[in-house]
Amino acid sequence: MNRMGGGNANFGKAKNFKKSIGSLAKYCKKQTFWIVLSVILSVTATILTLIGPNLISKITDLIESGLTSSIDIEGVIKIATILIVMYSTSYVLSYAQGFTMSTITQVVAYNLRKDITNKINKLPLKYIDGTTHGDILSRVTNDVDTISQTLNNSVTTLISSLTLLIGSLVMMIVTNPIMAAVAVASCIIGFVITSFIMKNTQKYFIAQQQSLGDINGHIEEIYSGHTVVKVSNAEKETFNQFDAINKKLYSSAWKSQFFSGIMMPLMHFIGNLGYVFVCVIGGVLISKGAITFGVISAFMIYIRLFTQPLSQLAQVFTNLQSTAAASERVFEFLNEKELDDESNKTKVLTNVLGDVEFKNVKFGYDENKIIIKDFSAKIKHGQKVAIVGPTGAGKTTLVNLLMRFYEVNDGDILIDGVSTKSITRENVHNLFSMVLQDTWMFEGSVKDNIRYSEKNVTDEQIVEACKACGLHHFIKTLPNGYDTILDDNTSISAGQKQLLTIARAMVQNSPMLILDEATSSVDTRTEALIQKAMDELTKNKTSFVIAHRLSTIKNADLILVLNNGDVVEKGNHEQLIAKNGVYADLYNSQFEEK
Amino acid sequence: MLKLFKHLKKTDYLMIIASIIFVVVQVWLDLKIPDYMGDITQLLKLESGIVGEIWLIGGKMLLCALGSAGFAVLVGFFTAKIAAGLSKKLREDVYNKVQNFSLNEIKKFSTASLITRSTNDVMQIQMFVAMSLQLMIKAPITAIWAICKILGKSWQLSITTFVFVAVLVVSIITIMLIVIPKFKKMQTLTDNLNRTARENLTGIRVVRAYNAEDFEAEKFGKANKDLTKNNLFAHRVMSFMAPLMTLISSGLTLAIYWIGAILINSAQAFDKIVVFSDVLIFSSYAMQVVMSFAMLTIIFIMLPRAAVSAKRINEVLETENSLVNGNMDGEENIVGEIEFNNVSFKYPNADEYILKDFNLKINKGEVVAFIGSTGSGKSTLINLVVRFYDVTEGEIKVDGVNVKDYDLHNLYNKIGYVSQKSVLFKGTVNSNIAFGESKNGKPSEEEIVNASKIAQSHEFVSKMSEGYDSEITQNGTNVSGGQKQRISIARAIARKPEIIIFDDSFSALDFKTDKVLRSEISKKLKGTTCLIVAQRIGTIKNADKIVVLNDGNVVGIGTHKELMKNCEVYKEIAYSQLSKKELENE
Repeated sequence: MNRMGGGNANFGKAKNFKKSIGSLAKYCKKQTFWIVLSVILSVTATILTLIGPNLISKITDLIESGLTSSIDIEGVIKIATILIVMYSTSYVLSYAQGFTMSTITQVVAYNLRKDITNKINKLPLKYIDGTTHGDILSRVTNDVDTISQTLNNSVTTLISSLTLLIGSLVMMIVTNPIMAAVAVASCIIGFVITSFIMKNTQKYFIAQQQSLGDINGHIEEIYSGHTVVKVSNAEKETFNQFDAINKKLYSSAWKSQFFSGIMMPLMHFIGNLGYVFVCVIGGVLISKGAITFGVISAFMIYIRLFTQPLSQLAQVFTNLQSTAAASERVFEFLNEKELDDESNKTKVLTNVLGDVEFKNVKFGYDENKIIIKDFSAKIKHGQKVAIVGPTGAGKTTLVNLLMRFYEVNDGDILIDGVSTKSITRENVHNLFSMVLQDTWMFEGSVKDNIRYSEKNVTDEQIVEACKACGLHHFIKTLPNGYDTILDDNTSISAGQKQLLTIARAMVQNSPMLILDEATSSVDTRTEALIQKAMDELTKNKTSFVIAHRLSTIKNADLILVLNNGDVVEKGNHEQLIAKNGVYADLYNSQFEEK
Repeated sequence: MLKLFKHLKKTDYLMIIASIIFVVVQVWLDLKIPDYMGDITQLLKLESGIVGEIWLIGGKMLLCALGSAGFAVLVGFFTAKIAAGLSKKLREDVYNKVQNFSLNEIKKFSTASLITRSTNDVMQIQMFVAMSLQLMIKAPITAIWAICKILGKSWQLSITTFVFVAVLVVSIITIMLIVIPKFKKMQTLTDNLNRTARENLTGIRVVRAYNAEDFEAEKFGKANKDLTKNNLFAHRVMSFMAPLMTLISSGLTLAIYWIGAILINSAQAFDKIVVFSDVLIFSSYAMQVVMSFAMLTIIFIMLPRAAVSAKRINEVLETENSLVNGNMDGEENIVGEIEFNNVSFKYPNADEYILKDFNLKINKGEVVAFIGSTGSGKSTLINLVVRFYDVTEGEIKVDGVNVKDYDLHNLYNKIGYVSQKSVLFKGTVNSNIAFGESKNGKPSEEEIVNASKIAQSHEFVSKMSEGYDSEITQNGTNVSGGQKQRISIARAIARKPEIIIFDDSFSALDFKTDKVLRSEISKKLKGTTCLIVAQRIGTIKNADKIVVLNDGNVVGIGTHKELMKNCEVYKEIAYSQLSKKELENE
């Protein structure tokens, strides 16, 4: 019952089939014992199924030889009893095999998902900023799903089909070589036809996938832009686009539906073909006295056992293609270069004053494109630094460097005279509290969101922080107070979210601060509240503020002006106005007449 | 589910009828094959040296097999056409329906849900229809026919077959009843897992800054465990299925031979051969019956899933549009005027009014700004003018005509609208600016560039690799937020509307660009009535009229200077953004 259809099925092909399957196999090494067990179970069960027809044929012969006189019923019962035991054993074994295999695949999927998410937290931000979230997420869910589903089906089917195929072939040859040749020939004819059709129709499936993607994209776009489409009177225009894609989809959809629909009748035909050949040639051979009736009745079953795995094997190989594509994406991600290991750094910085120094810092997101060329600045403890600049000037770059989200290319950043490179990232993070503009909450209670990873923060401290942020009253009005679960259904405004993140930073109580002032999404009165909370937070602490509000900027001890990624000016408000450069320009644009 | 079949065309019904006939023929041919085998058996037992006759029968068998395959292909062709045609029609109907929805209906369903309804749900239906048309017709016909054929032969064997079929059907249903709820739960658990991973990703900086990697791993670990536990159970139960099918089919064969042996033994000397050939063909027929029932069961398992999709599609198709389109155009001699008369608005089923007794007359060429905290009703006012919602009480007139009386097409010809969240469509910069129709037709290349210049997008567009022909990806992900906003503004300007509306559309621009853009607009768009919703005082300071809203009520109307003197709320907003000195600086 896998999710059928849909535009997002993984139909991709692996760039390197062998390598991807190889790395998946290596990953499953821990499960070797269980996999081997599963293979043994599967092979045994299949062999038991295969011996069946041989015994059935013996029953038939017993019956036939008794046609003229009386049948050896006791003999029949004896064989039948053996068969019952065999069938039951085969059933138990196959179930045990299915059980083991589904356990293996689920455990592998579990481990893969665990490893991927652990990996997320070990990757440099450079990688994560350069990839879309959707891409990483689809590896966690879609790709791992594909692997677990196809692996479960493919491996089981592959083993049992191969055993069945080889086994039934051997049994047929043993029972009667001529009949075996007949059966194999009829199947080969059937399969040549089928594979020819399938090969030539692959393009319709690809076209269908493509059109499905197109139409999903179009619908998503038009529905989300509904108001704009309406007021622009663009319904006709967009409908024409929709109609064109829809027609294209229809043409590939019915073709691929048709070809996948006739697969079953074709398989059925191959089965019938084999049956006919067995009956006719068998009949001729009987009439010549070459074989007995038992052989025919055995072959009637063998032919079914023989054609069935052939069609399944074809399915397995298409499945394995998707497994390879998916595991390629998963392992590509798992093999990404991780952050440098820092376990050898023993130096720990605690009780810092908060002096920060930038020393000849050189940095570029791309090594060939250095944006901060040579930046130096000394900030005394307790000072307030405002970072300003037009949109896209790279104001977050400084935050990235301070927090060591990115490493400087050259130069150094010192805290209380100690290079941040000489201590662990974890230690650096502990020294700062951070409030970002795009407020981040997770699904959990208000309390959990404020406490976050600081396990030893008491409930009292949380309430205190909320009171300081002016949030206490609001939280009390929520249905379950501090235990209210925040999710998509909780109506909480952007400003309130901002206040919650400030409260979170407050309980963390680090010696230094990084703040990003909220802009447009917050109404002005809540903004005043946020401002007050931020002031409360920055008291006596070295703070870096990505500033949008002029009052903040003017009160700052140091203003860093950024443009095109580089720090172009620094100084306080008066100095910079006097300079009449980028800052003065930016400042004046807020006022139209002077 | 059945309601959806209304959407089938007459030719579709003809194809369905044809398919049924073909299936009957196909089944007849299929079942003929074992009959011939019976003939061969009898031939062989009664006479000898009749090789020619066997070949003849073999030829007939081969023809039957070929014919059956041929008809099956034909049926496949018809069903594919019907299913794909139905899905095309449904997709189109849903799409058109949604296009005419007002925001009320869209909110009711949510955009995300409407998208899945028009894509995934429609696809589900297509798959189900194709599959069921082929199997739903074939399985029962085969089953009934095969049963009829064997019923007369031997009641003992018939009962045996019946017992095996019953066991099979009951087991499949039991397995499914256990497993289906788990599969349903799987979706929720996957969403849960996805959400946790997404949270970790979107908050990656917070996670790192708070050294919360372990905290996140724990959260994800729980979601991962829940999902794995659920999947393990479901798959382990599902593992019963395949061995069961094998057991039943092998068991049935064995049972038929076993019982057959006893039957033959107790038969009279001459009848023995007849009974023997009966037993041989019985085993093949019985297998057909078992397979048909297995297929039928699978369809009934798929049915609930498809039925859910069908219901979701029908819900959309059956929703009445709450907006009734009028048929009027505006008065010819009035241009660019908007009049609010005692306008009140509340959402359907809501208790509180969002907007209460609002009155205002806006003349041609005026710049009117709306300011107030979130939830004060300023965006609502705009939504009422463009009729995304209808007023609860009172009336809004554009160019002297109530907006409810307009043919929307005519109303929108007068209006240029820039939404709060800027929207770009896949295409080029050109196609985005020239989007839609206005009374002036499509804008010329020059008009596009002009609009783009006013919107301050010309500079960066010219720098793009292909200029105005540069590609815009879906949702405009390849341009920045500020650039998106400026292209959206250019789009509204290029329509040369009488009235242009900016719903908080300057938020992603920096102060400098914001300033230049506004001064360009006031210079180049003289005579165009302009409605601005904004958060920043700087954006609206120069408006002819500023309307200050608070909790749905007007608390002040006037110019910046007037409001600074006599409107407390306005002053409060102003001081929260600019310092006293700066405000007095003018």
